[in-house]
Amino acid sequence: MRTSNLTKAAALAFGVVWAAGCSTTSTTDTATTGTETDGSATQGVGVDSGVTGVTIEDLATLRTVFYFDFDQATLKAESYADLEKHSAYLAQHPSARVVLEGHADERGTREYNMALGERRALSVARFMQVNGVSGGQIETVSFGEEKPAVVGHSETSWSQNRRVELKYTAQ
Amino acid sequence: MVNRIQQSLISCVLMLMSVMAHAELTIEITQGVDKPTPIAVVPFAWGGSFALKEDVAQIVSDDLGRTGLFSMMKRNNMLSFPSQQNQVFYRDWRVGGTEFLVIGRQQAIENGQLRVEFELYDVLKQQRILVERVTGNNNNLRDVAHYIADKVYEKLTGIRGAFSTRIVYVTAQQFGNGNVKYQLQMADADGARPITIREQSQPIMSPAWSRDGTKLAYVSFESGKPAIYIQYLSTGKREKLQSFRGLNGAPAWSPDGNRLALTLSKDGNPEIYVLDLQSRQLNRITHHYGIDTEPSWTPDGQSLIFTSDRGGQPQIYRIRLASRDIERITYEGNYNASAKLTPDGRFLALVHRGGDNQFHIAVRDMKTGRLDVLTDTLLDESPTIAPNGSIILYATQKGTRGVLGGVTLDGRVRFLLPAPAGDVREPAWSSYLQ
Repeated sequence: MRTSNLTKAAALAFGVVWAAGCSTTSTTDTATTGTETDGSATQGVGVDSGVTGVTIEDLATLRTVFYFDFDQATLKAESYADLEKHSAYLAQHPSARVVLEGHADERGTREYNMALGERRALSVARFMQVNGVSGGQIETVSFGEEKPAVVGHSETSWSQNRRVELKYTAQ
Repeated sequence: MVNRIQQSLISCVLMLMSVMAHAELTIEITQGVDKPTPIAVVPFAWGGSFALKEDVAQIVSDDLGRTGLFSMMKRNNMLSFPSQQNQVFYRDWRVGGTEFLVIGRQQAIENGQLRVEFELYDVLKQQRILVERVTGNNNNLRDVAHYIADKVYEKLTGIRGAFSTRIVYVTAQQFGNGNVKYQLQMADADGARPITIREQSQPIMSPAWSRDGTKLAYVSFESGKPAIYIQYLSTGKREKLQSFRGLNGAPAWSPDGNRLALTLSKDGNPEIYVLDLQSRQLNRITHHYGIDTEPSWTPDGQSLIFTSDRGGQPQIYRIRLASRDIERITYEGNYNASAKLTPDGRFLALVHRGGDNQFHIAVRDMKTGRLDVLTDTLLDESPTIAPNGSIILYATQKGTRGVLGGVTLDGRVRFLLPAPAGDVREPAWSSYLQ
């Protein structure tokens, strides 16, 4: 793991600054970011995973869809291992890029679910940053409940729709 | 009035936008009031040399019947078909229990115009209580009919009718292998005459009417990311608002039409902003690390109602734009969202999840604080209120498909507008159209 503890500490301490400025394009907006406190939970961070040497062949074996509980954006423990490997790969390949697509199930209102999908994508993005991925390698987009993976009106479908899909745009 | 509507809106829209053949939404009343008022609408007389394209009396009858407030007499139960005052025999109507009677006649006048005269009678008092003449033509008889229904409704209830207004909604049709056709459609308030405003393969969300009924704002994913567009109904011209990293959503026009409230997450998490459409100045309204979204305006334009999970779950708040004072409005239930005030500000329609963990449409009396759940289906959302405050239209599920439902504000009357195919969602009801 090439990420120094300092980087991790900085990423945690300035989570909100990162959240404001992590994505690809900048705007000329001068709003007062950074003056508020970030109450979002962080999870599964600060523990060195020790993952090294993830190859492009390894990527094909990793899961790329990560699931969430209802109205929650907290990563499940089952997601850590593969996300750490994706992170290691991205950290080792600075020209690689990913898009994180956040989704929600159909319950609740559409615009609130847009916000929830974004929160889930940002939750994954933060985990990856803490594990050494540069903010410039990650792009996030929310589709809310607009693009369900499975169409249906029961928990079987809903649980598969509350997800973040990780897609490489450059490997 | 009908002529102006016809000229300013329908004809332009019909000319300039793609008119597509769609089966119409059809209305079925699922629950009515206990004792609706019996009314008869007699077929309107016509002796002209050409066939009329619409049965005006039938449309008037259907409009009134759909409110659930009236029971409409069937034509084959009528003992006579009067079209003028001297043909009205009250005993013919009293015998069948009819309390009010509508008659009318249609006449061709110059330049292909039609004159439609209608009269409303109080059968019990044996009095003519309304008589009016409308001018139209064979292509806008549906507008004429909705206008007549508006007048009759207002005379009988004291509330301005909203049958001449329009709705927009989003449809989604699955075509296998993941292909979906999304359409933004506009129709009469009764679901008739649907036309396609926009069609694309990426999602369309959150349509919102400008107060003057000339423009729509909506969210489109056509660029791969959410962005807000404004579309002019008369020309079809579209304008993409400056979009930012993250969410660009939940557009809501101010009552004066000069500002647009919206949700952006460019500063790190969803916040509510107000965009001045003239100066293009963007003002951030909320400052909280939680989700703030779904702004809607109070009728006076001084405050925004919005959804926030700053308390741990989505609840409804109000922020005053001048002072930025924030007040939490809902406490009952563990999920309250997508709230909109009636035009008089008295009631708040919203999506509510209570003890049964299902999503229903509810209405909160802003004076007493009482919350009434109006629906009993499990995935109800997107409430939109008729401009006369009488009916809430919303999205619900019937079987496995999304359909539009309607419920009166008192919850006594419910109806569905089932579509023939695909999912129908996100209705938005226009203001009164001039």
